[in-house]
Parts: sequence; C-alpha cells; structure tokens
Amino acid sequence: MPSLKKSLAKQNIIYPKLRNMKRRKFIKSAAAASVVVPSMINGIPLQAHSNNAWLQSVLNPGLETDHVMVLIYLGGGNDGLNTVVPVDNYSRLDAARKNVLLPQNQLLKLNGFANTALHPAMTGMQTLFNEGKVNIVQSVGYPNPNFSHFRATDIWASASEANQYLDSGWLGRYLNEEFPGFPLDYPNAANPDPLAIQVGANLPLLFQGPNAQMSMNVSNPDIFGAWPTGLSDPPPATPLGHELNYIRTISRQSKTYADTLVKGFLKGNNLGNYPAGNYLADTLKVIARLINGGLKTRLYLVNLYGFDTHSDQVVTGNNATGAHANLLKLLSDAVFSFQRDIELMNVAHRVMGMTFSEFGRRIKSNDSVGTDHGAAAPLFVFGSKARGGITGNNPIIPSTVTENDNLPMQYDFRSVYASVLKDWFCVKDDSLQRILLKNFQALPLIKNECSTTDTKNLKDAEDALQIIASPNPMTSFTNIQIATGTDGVAQLQLIDPLGRLAKILFSGKLQNGTHQFSLENEGYAPGNYYIRLQQGNAQKTEPLLIVR
Amino acid sequence: MRPDPQSGINPYTGPWTTTQVVHLLRRATFGVRKSEVDQLLSLGMNAAVDKLLDTAGAKDPIPSPPLNVYSTPAEPDPTTPYGQTFINAPAVTPIPPQYYQARTDVFKAWWAGNMIHQKMTITEKLTLFWFNHFALEADTVQIAQAMYYYYKLLRENALGNFKTMVKLVSVDPAMLRYLNGQLNSKAAPDENYARELQELFTIGKGPDATWTEDDVKAAAKVLTGYRINPLTTPISYYFDFNQHDLSTKRFSAFYNNKTITGKFGPAGEQELDELITMLTDNIETARHMVRKLYQFFVYYEIPNDVEINVIRPLADLYKSSGYDNKKVVETLFKSEHFYDMLSVGCIIKSPLDYSIGLTKEFSIKFPDQSNLVNQYLSWGLIASLSAYQGLNIADPPVVSGWQAWYQSPQFHEIWINADTLANRNRVAENITSSKGVEFNGISLKVDPIILASSFSQPQDALQLVKDSVAILYNYTLSDTSIQYLKSFLIQGLPGDSYWTDIWLEYTGNPTDPALKNAVTLRLNALFKEIISQAEYHLS
Repeated sequence: MPSLKKSLAKQNIIYPKLRNMKRRKFIKSAAAASVVVPSMINGIPLQAHSNNAWLQSVLNPGLETDHVMVLIYLGGGNDGLNTVVPVDNYSRLDAARKNVLLPQNQLLKLNGFANTALHPAMTGMQTLFNEGKVNIVQSVGYPNPNFSHFRATDIWASASEANQYLDSGWLGRYLNEEFPGFPLDYPNAANPDPLAIQVGANLPLLFQGPNAQMSMNVSNPDIFGAWPTGLSDPPPATPLGHELNYIRTISRQSKTYADTLVKGFLKGNNLGNYPAGNYLADTLKVIARLINGGLKTRLYLVNLYGFDTHSDQVVTGNNATGAHANLLKLLSDAVFSFQRDIELMNVAHRVMGMTFSEFGRRIKSNDSVGTDHGAAAPLFVFGSKARGGITGNNPIIPSTVTENDNLPMQYDFRSVYASVLKDWFCVKDDSLQRILLKNFQALPLIKNECSTTDTKNLKDAEDALQIIASPNPMTSFTNIQIATGTDGVAQLQLIDPLGRLAKILFSGKLQNGTHQFSLENEGYAPGNYYIRLQQGNAQKTEPLLIVR
Repeated sequence: MRPDPQSGINPYTGPWTTTQVVHLLRRATFGVRKSEVDQLLSLGMNAAVDKLLDTAGAKDPIPSPPLNVYSTPAEPDPTTPYGQTFINAPAVTPIPPQYYQARTDVFKAWWAGNMIHQKMTITEKLTLFWFNHFALEADTVQIAQAMYYYYKLLRENALGNFKTMVKLVSVDPAMLRYLNGQLNSKAAPDENYARELQELFTIGKGPDATWTEDDVKAAAKVLTGYRINPLTTPISYYFDFNQHDLSTKRFSAFYNNKTITGKFGPAGEQELDELITMLTDNIETARHMVRKLYQFFVYYEIPNDVEINVIRPLADLYKSSGYDNKKVVETLFKSEHFYDMLSVGCIIKSPLDYSIGLTKEFSIKFPDQSNLVNQYLSWGLIASLSAYQGLNIADPPVVSGWQAWYQSPQFHEIWINADTLANRNRVAENITSSKGVEFNGISLKVDPIILASSFSQPQDALQLVKDSVAILYNYTLSDTSIQYLKSFLIQGLPGDSYWTDIWLEYTGNPTDPALKNAVTLRLNALFKEIISQAEYHLS
C-alpha cells in the first residue's frame, strides 16, 4: 500500500480544464405542460368579440399590468456566505471556512454598507447596487429546511411547508388567479402571448397551476417548424387517452404561441451590449428582445446550474477565483447587461428580476475545498423599481462552528414572493392568500407600483354574480346554483377553512344565465368553507358550512 | 375519470395477439419491427418474454468498445492509435485537451449505436433504466474510459443482482468522481454520495422512507477512504484505510438502530457491505425499486389499487429473491397487469424511444466500420436528435436522472413541450424526405420500401395502412382515420387500385429508378403523416 501511495502522489489523473459544461443544460431542458381539457374547444371564436370592450375586459381577467418579472434560478444551492459576505464576521469566517475564504481586500464595497460586501467577481451587480437598483435580502429560508436538492427545489417552487407536498407552483397558482380557465380559449385577442416562458430552463412545478401547466418552453425561437394537423379520433377514457389528449393540446397550443413568439422575436431588437461566452446573458438577451418586440408575457424563468460546490469551490491559493467565482461572474455580468439593455429600451420601469436557489451552504467548509448543503442564504431583487439597499442584517457566525451548523432564516422566502405578488403584480389580499396558502408579510423590496382598479365596471360585474348553495349547511352533498351576468370564462371553486383551494368545481366558458352544479362531500373535514365564483376579475364568495 | 387497473401480478392468460406483442416489444425494446412481431407471436407469451430476457453470456455480449475516431495525423492521441479503443488508455497520460470531450462524445455516439443495433432483447432498454437510476453525468466525470466501464457494469448486471450493483456502483471510479466519494475522508466526511445512496439509489424518499440526516452523516463515515487508482488499466478503485473513519456508525430507528463498528485496515471495506445489507434489508428499498421499474415500464401513476396489487407483492418477491433483477422483471412482464388494456399505449416515448425506435421501425441504414468516421457521426447524429428532444445520453440534468422519470405531477409528459415537440416534428419531416436528416455530410433517412415489403399485402392500399398502424401505433384507429392516412398514400391518384399498379410495377422492376421514386414518394408521405401524429408518441 505505501508504495502505491507514493507512486500515486506523483501521478494524478489529468482532467480537462473545467469549462462551463453546464451550458449543455440549455439543450437538455425539457419541460412539461400537464393539461386536463377536453380535446375539442367548442364555442364562439373570441375574435368575434374583439370589438366589444366590455366583453374584452371580462375575457381578460386579472388586473391589466405590463409588469414583467424575470426569475433566475441558481441551481445546486448557492453559497451565500461567499456571495454576500458579512465582513464584520471575518475572523469567524476564517475559523470556519479558511480553505474557501475570500481575500478581504478583494471584496467589492457596497455604498452605505460598511459591513457587507460582494464576491470579487460581481462587479456588475456591485455597480447596480450602488446605483440603487438592487435589494439584497439576507438569510432567506423557511422553517425546517430540507437539504435534498429535489425536495428543496420543490418547496421553493410550490411555496409549500417543509412537510407538505403540493402539486402546483406559486406562479402557477398566481397565473391561475389571473387567468382562470387557461388553457381553454387561450390564446385570445386580449391575451395573445404565453403567460410565462421558461427560456432554456425547466422547473415544471414552478408554473404548474391547479388545472394546467401555465408556462411555455423555449430554447430557440427559430426552431418552430411545421405543425401537423390530422387524426382526431376521440380519446378513450383510459391512461392512453389521457396522454393522447395531452400531446394534442401541446401541439395545438404550441403552434399558436410559436407564431407569436417568432413574430415578437423578429420585431424586437437588443439595444445594449452583452458579453460573449455567457450563456445566462444569451438567455436574458432573448428575453429583453421579446419584451422589446412587444410580448405581453409577465413571467420568465432562466437558470444557471453548477452551484452545488461540494468540492473545488475555489482555486486554492487564489480563493477569489474558481468554480463559484466563474458562476457569480456569469450571473453578475448577465444581469448588468440585461439591466442596461432594458434601460436603453425605456422599459426598465416595468421590468424586474430576482434570483433564488434551493438552499445556501454550510458555514463550515469541508475537506474537499468545498461546502455542503446548507439552509438560509441571501437573494437579489434587481431593477429600476427595486428599493435599493439590504433587507435584514448580516448573518452572525458562531465563534465555534461545527460541521452541522447552518445559518438561521431571517425571512421566509414566501415573504419575498408576497412582496413580488403584492407590490409588483398588485395581487389583492384574498388572491394572495390563495396563492401562498398562508398570510406572509410582504417586505419593502419594490417601489410600490400598484394603482387602484377601476371599481365601477367591477362592481357591476360582481353585482350580477350569484351563488346559492342548498342545503347549507351540507353533510353529504349540496346543490349549487350560480348566476352570471354575461358570457365568459369562469371558475367555480371550493375554498377550505385555511383559505386553500380544495376543489375546482368548474372551469370553462359559461353563458349568461343560471347554472347548476353539485358538490359531493369527498371526505372534507367539517368547517367553514367558501364557494367562490370568478368570472373575469369579478368574483363572489358565499360561505358554505360543512358538518358531519 | 380514468379507471384504475384492478389486475395484479398473476401470470397473464389472455389472448396473445399483435396488440399484446407490439405492446411488449415497444416497452421492452426500442421500436417495433414486423419480423419481431411475427416471431414473438408464434412463441406465445411465456416464451416470448423468456426470449427477451435471454441475455446471459454469449447471447447478448457487450459490443466491441468505442474507438479513437477523433485524432488526426497532425495531432495524434499518444495513448491510442487511430481506429483503436481508448477504454484502457491510462488516465494519467496527457492528451490534447480537446480529445477529452471528443472521447466522451464518441462514447455517447457508441452507446447510441448499441441501442440502434440492439438485439431482440431487453438489454439496452434496461441498461438505460439502470443508468437513469444510478445516474451520473458524463460531463462531470470527464473520463470517457470510466464512463465505458460504468456502462458495462450496468449492462452486465442489468438482469443480475441489485445488491451487487449497489456495491459495484459505490466503488466505481466514475461514481467516486461524480459524487465526490474519492474526496471523502475521515477528517471531513463528504455527504454527497451517502445522501444519494439512500435518497435515490436504494430507500428513496417516499412517505415511509424516514431515514434521517444523521443516517446520511453515518453513511458518509462508512464510505470514507475509497479512492480512484488511475494507474491500473482499466481505471479502478482502491481502499485507502488511512482515510477511513474508524468510529462506530450509528443509524436511526428507521434502520432498527443498526450500528456498524469501525474496522481498521483493509477490513474497513466490509463496512460498505454491511451498509448495503442494512439498506436492502429494508423493504422500502424493494418498494422504491419496484416503483421505479413500474414507472419506467408501465405507467407513472401508481393509484392505490396498483400499489396493493402490483407494487407490494412485486417488492416482496424482489426482496425474498435476494434482489434478483431478472425475477422481478420477468414477473412484471408476464403479469396480467402488464397486459391490462389500461397499461397499453399510455407511456409517452422518451427521446430515445422516439429516435432509436425510428431507426428500427424504418430500417434506417447506417454506415459500417469500413467508414469509421461516418459510422460514429451517424450514431452521434441520432444522439443529438435525442438531446434536442430533452435526453442527452449519459448526461441527465441532475443525479436524480431525467425529470420525466421522477418529477411529479407530469412525469413523462415532460418530454413533450412546445420546444421538444417542434424538434420531433422537424425530425419526422426530414427523415421521411428524400434528403433525410442531414449533418456534416451524413444523411439519415427512412427506407419506406423495406417497411412496406414486410407486410403481406403492400399492394393493397387500405391493408398497407392498417398493417402499418398496427405496428407503429398501440392504438386502434377508426375507419375515418385510416381513410385519412390512406389519402396520403394515394394522393394524386384517382383511386386505390392505382397504388396497386404502381407497387406491382415496381416490385416487377425494382431497379427502375422512376418506379422506385414513385413508390418511395408516396410511402414517405404516408409514413410522415403517421409518425407526425400524437399517436406515434405513445408507447
């Protein structure tokens, strides 16, 4: 054994220089859109209604907004302590993670914050911060953090509790609030564009709504070719039929959205400069171009992988460089270029971005010059309408750190989501409750942009809605009669005592008049429920007591 | 509402028709060929499944290894002459830097080639299953030699013993590199592999899988000390007991509070065997593995009836057999549940099912070893098609494999989105055209005449369409739909009989280029329409 060791000491496996292999994820991404709709879309084509402004406002549910949010997922778990460095803890950082410690004199200063600095690679982000366009939120996490990539990513995507398993994502639920009944009758004259686009990225759960996948996937707007029509045997009520239906729906939808995307892409232009060899910059460049081309899409997701730095996080002897530094540089340069581009386009007032990652990393580094899975970590909210500054305090590093210690959360990630929904997308409180499932306090991250809605039209529409449930209280079933004042896409929901969506009783087009539905007790715990009818952005709720 | 299947794992005794045979072939292999259907039809169900699982020894050996087809005379590979295999090239000898990626690309193309030239067995499909399960990423491992031996390990043990596989995978150099096992030492144990071993490779993370973070830490200690030995050919592992943690490793109540005592010296390796025994003694491992097999080969949804009637009994069988892969696969493929009509045609084809399937179903011709570069480029082209549809061979996005095989709620629906469907459509359009799918001087296209000729009555337009659909779909079409498809075959002709005339003229004169062109054009139009439909994406 000793002789083997000696000869091995002289001979090491030669590995090629680690290029940014994760670029290949761009090509590999494949996403899902799970749709449960009948194969035939019956009804009056919406183009016929396009001149009727009232109908248009009914068929265009949700608040009119031209606000855009770009989400950047840092895949793998970003090491927050080496990204946003708590300079006042330096000696303790040295004690805990010397082999990955950044040289203090190379850290990037943040104006107005002597005790917090950025990783040396993040010059672009530093500039934006010092221009007041970045809010850094410290120690974002949640109770009972999970250390599994997949589970933690699902928690961030679905905004669930740590021990809860949800089948929808927070943005899927948000889009369902705004566009109930999607994808039925979409795209339409008022909403011709995809609701959300994942560009070279794929987190299907994030945009999964209660009824359908709300996002579209794009790797390259040039690739959309001919779309076949053809066989239309009605699918049987079997698993085969279900999947057949799904594929046909994607095919049908994709063709229409593909046309709008290509049109938007051709119409748009980039005005700023983007760095070469930066795949995140490439994807943000596409997004900026689509915005410039007039796409009404509100949400975009892009990603950067490689943050799972269990080993070789830095280059020993030159700790400001290495794998993590390279990734942060890509992120920082890409965000900077994107921001400059949208400023030149004069759309910076309505476009914002944020980063997120499934967890941070351990305070104490390991023997492989890396860090293991951790808990809370900072994130960035950026854009002209960000409230520049730092939300929260520096994390406090204990004087003796064991390998199991993790940073405690200061803010729940769902508070960040609440801020985005409330202050950027102007979501009302009851919607907010349904999206985030609990009441989370919004943080002052964004300069509040939300104006009051047009109340008169809304009142008329809401006055026309009626819900009568009988028997109420219900035991094993109830009959629900609803009335609508107009034609339009609607959704009838059962809301449970905790404010969660318990069942969708109906989702689709309803004509003016009364309609009957029945609700069976499928094992609901007794309590104070609500029946909720939404048509357009008009809505009505009616309490329903369920008893034994 | 979709009905839940009530059937279980008792042997299937129902009809043995084209429907069942096509279903079996499509699930167990890539693509369906008429000659295979005829052969398995004549064997009956039991013998047919036995045939697909008859892979031992010389029946289905690993193809000859990947070759250096990348080096140039100006810049040779110092370890490997052109046209020879690099699988035993010493990892410590430097080569021109671009050749590392070239070797990995060659390995991927070679793997695609193995699938393309698959025998009529489950081997390649099952190897893909095992790779997705024990997933790692070639672009992280970066040593193509190690990737070859990893693939070989999975292929050779595909119908072997699962416990053996776990052991071999845990000490495999590719895995040691991928999940940092080679850096795991007693001073600061690295949890990466210890976590994935439990969360992904054995117990899983279902509701009954209540292993703890402390179990991860304890397992990490058991796994300390394994290192890659780069000097051996092939590259291998060794156990550096000086780096091994000697403490007693304590596991949680989920593992019955098992303790593994630290052992000094080479005996420390035994702790890994004890760990694997502990993991596989737990019924959750058997259930997790059976669910994964089920979701890969049957359907992604596991309603309660299926859990009780299929998963649990199969898991018990698997565990009591000592984790005999062949036994559990055989029982599944011979079960009434597998042939239940609710289990037919409901899987959305993965990009490899689609791309490799096309090559078998349409007898796409590939260059042979007389032109090595073109051979590898052609295989590589198929690999790229799969990558653009979301499955990059040997490079899943993460260690949990490709999302379609684990991400709830959509699972395999993830293969189909605006982007990937557009890519498949483009492939369908090009591969049935006269120029084919082209890249770098390579052109791959279908041979529609071979497929048409494999049927008994190709001159009968209606029968030809019906026979084609019977092989290419898992779904019976209405007469209207058959007529619709037939219209592509006889387009520009006054009636079906004119097709008969053209076909018979051609078969009477097969070297006449005008006649060949006339039938090819129409057959391509028909097959393009068939493979462009949603139905073709179902398995």
